[in-house]
Amino acid sequence: MESNKGILVVGLTQRGKLIPAAYELLTAGRALADTLKEPLAAVVLGSKVSDYAKEFIERGADKVFVIEHASLENFNDELHAKAVAELVEKEKFGKVLIAATVAGKSLGARLTVKLKAGLAADATEVYQNGTGLKAKRAQFSGNIISEVQFASATQIATVQPMTYPRAEKQAGRTGETVSVAFNPGFARIEFVSFQAEESNEVDLGAAEKIVSGGRGLGNADGFKAIRDLAHAIGAAVGASRAVVDSGWIPYRHQVGLTGRTVRPKLYIACGISGQIQHLAGMSSSGTIVAINPDPECPMMQMASIAIQGDANELLPLITAEIKARKGAAAA
Amino acid sequence: MSLNIVVCVKNTPTTTNVSVDPATGKIKSSGLVYAMNPFDEYAVEEAVRLKERIPGSTATALTVGPDSSESVVRDAISRGIDAGVIVSGPEFDGDNAYSASFALAAAIKKLNAEKPVTIVLFGKNTNDGNSGMVGAETAAWLDWPGVVSVKKIDSIDDKIAVVWRMMEDGTDVLKVTLPACLSTTKEINEPRLPSLKGKMAAKKAAVPKWTASDLGLNAAQLSELAPSLVAKCSTPPARPAGMKVEGASAAEKAKKLVDILIERKLI
Ligand SMILES: Cc1cc2nc3c(=O)[nH]c(=O)nc-3n(C[C@H](O)[C@H](O)[C@H](O)COP(=O)(O)OP(=O)(O)OC[C@H]3O[C@@H](n4cnc5c(N)ncnc54)[C@H](O)[C@@H]3O)c2cc1C
Repeated sequence: MESNKGILVVGLTQRGKLIPAAYELLTAGRALADTLKEPLAAVVLGSKVSDYAKEFIERGADKVFVIEHASLENFNDELHAKAVAELVEKEKFGKVLIAATVAGKSLGARLTVKLKAGLAADATEVYQNGTGLKAKRAQFSGNIISEVQFASATQIATVQPMTYPRAEKQAGRTGETVSVAFNPGFARIEFVSFQAEESNEVDLGAAEKIVSGGRGLGNADGFKAIRDLAHAIGAAVGASRAVVDSGWIPYRHQVGLTGRTVRPKLYIACGISGQIQHLAGMSSSGTIVAINPDPECPMMQMASIAIQGDANELLPLITAEIKARKGAAAA
Repeated sequence: MSLNIVVCVKNTPTTTNVSVDPATGKIKSSGLVYAMNPFDEYAVEEAVRLKERIPGSTATALTVGPDSSESVVRDAISRGIDAGVIVSGPEFDGDNAYSASFALAAAIKKLNAEKPVTIVLFGKNTNDGNSGMVGAETAAWLDWPGVVSVKKIDSIDDKIAVVWRMMEDGTDVLKVTLPACLSTTKEINEPRLPSLKGKMAAKKAAVPKWTASDLGLNAAQLSELAPSLVAKCSTPPARPAGMKVEGASAAEKAKKLVDILIERKLI
């Protein structure tokens, strides 16, 4: 089989802004490019996105393709796939990296079929060894790690956000920018409107810190102390399924197999027992703090830092302590 | 006006507590009990609700898998789906999203030729493979529009559906030309349990089995169904051992925790 060359990082935009995980893909892509001695390209898609080209080059891309079209402002399964597929076919890229967001996963699925290209979904590691590209991904709620290998000329991975650090800017780095014409043709999905999440809380998927609450909080009011701590340290708010099902907090906060997969540097689990379906969404976190009266529960057993106790009592004390220290540091 | 709905379901292990056979690098399947992938229950429920919303509509459950997966189709019927089909054969045993979606799309084309399909529903993902790719890949094989992460079907007739897509930062409202494939989230509904009447119907239902040749697939197409595959499975490395924060009072424990978090530059 003739093998294609070059790595393409897909820079999706949402509400006119580049998604944060795009710069993480540059880190993964640069490493592959250096190993393979192949160029690293990026494509940025949206309605007004050409300003990002310079950013991509400064952060490691050798060449940036800019596809600007009003129809690409909001994610559209068919149109985004058409735009990326046309580029990949023309340039014959060997590897395509996409962030595993809602839009990115949908795009990856459409591209694998359109390009007859192998796909590793939700990869937590992509690397090249002697025989080709390999990707690791979790299955069975994280109980199993599978290693995916490819047999196609083009190889696609959607990469879990937060698995690679963001590529840093290197001032003065140069590269080429190419503007690509796009003809959307007839679109069968029409964007009507967007309803933003009302709260100004940090998004779980991109959060470096998460404070998460479970049934052990006792009732919905328990989340006030969770929010206070989250606010004090700039963290996102997570939850177990038990409390989402009980209506204590909306579904979008749910972490786990049925909810979001997160990879913060710090995950503070309060009153969460740590059933496997919850762990599926957070076991790759950096430091896990568990607050729970039951030292035998799985969350306490797996925690990096375990505090035996009542979350309702401890949370306000922890928040007050942090505020006091911050106040002291500022004074 | 009525809808012709297809809902795709998979028979998966009821536990995620599985182990790897070190000799083969594959998951040990002996002793595992199988049932409907829990996330498919939402898709099945939504199909039943659409039938209730638009009387005269019909719904068919479709699965790809070994002969034993017939039970998942009967389960769907017991929950209110009218009929079911199983696609089976060694060509589709690979258990990857690419070949599964290819087989589903081929079966949907056959159903569509018998009676035009309006909408195809999927669960968010499976509890075994976890990829969440099959719905969107099936849409691609059919060259139909696909929407993932659907939390509400706001309005629907036989030509257009207005759906809500849950994104990281809020909700997109989309107008979708039908037929289309939608992957649902758990927020879409609250699944009901099978009814007694449904269980009777499930017992009596004839579930046809379609093979690759029934679907008109040729050897060339079937030989290209694994552009990527799982080379081997392993169990994840254990996390480093943790520490306990001890203290005589809650206040002391809280202070110690904050000390550690500051020291490790985590806050
Ligand atoms: C198919 C499937 C998918 C699922 N998907 C998910 C998912 O995505 N996410 C998810 O979270 N779950 C999921 N679950 C549910 C999961 O199995 C558990 O039921 C759920 O995670 C339990 O939530 P919990 O830890 O809050 O509650 P519990 O398991 O009831 O644990 C409560 C904990 O609180 C502790 N506690 C009690 N009092 C206090 C106190 N005062 N202070 C501190 N701690 C206290 C208890 O010791 C206990 O450990 C899924 C289940 C299935 C079958």
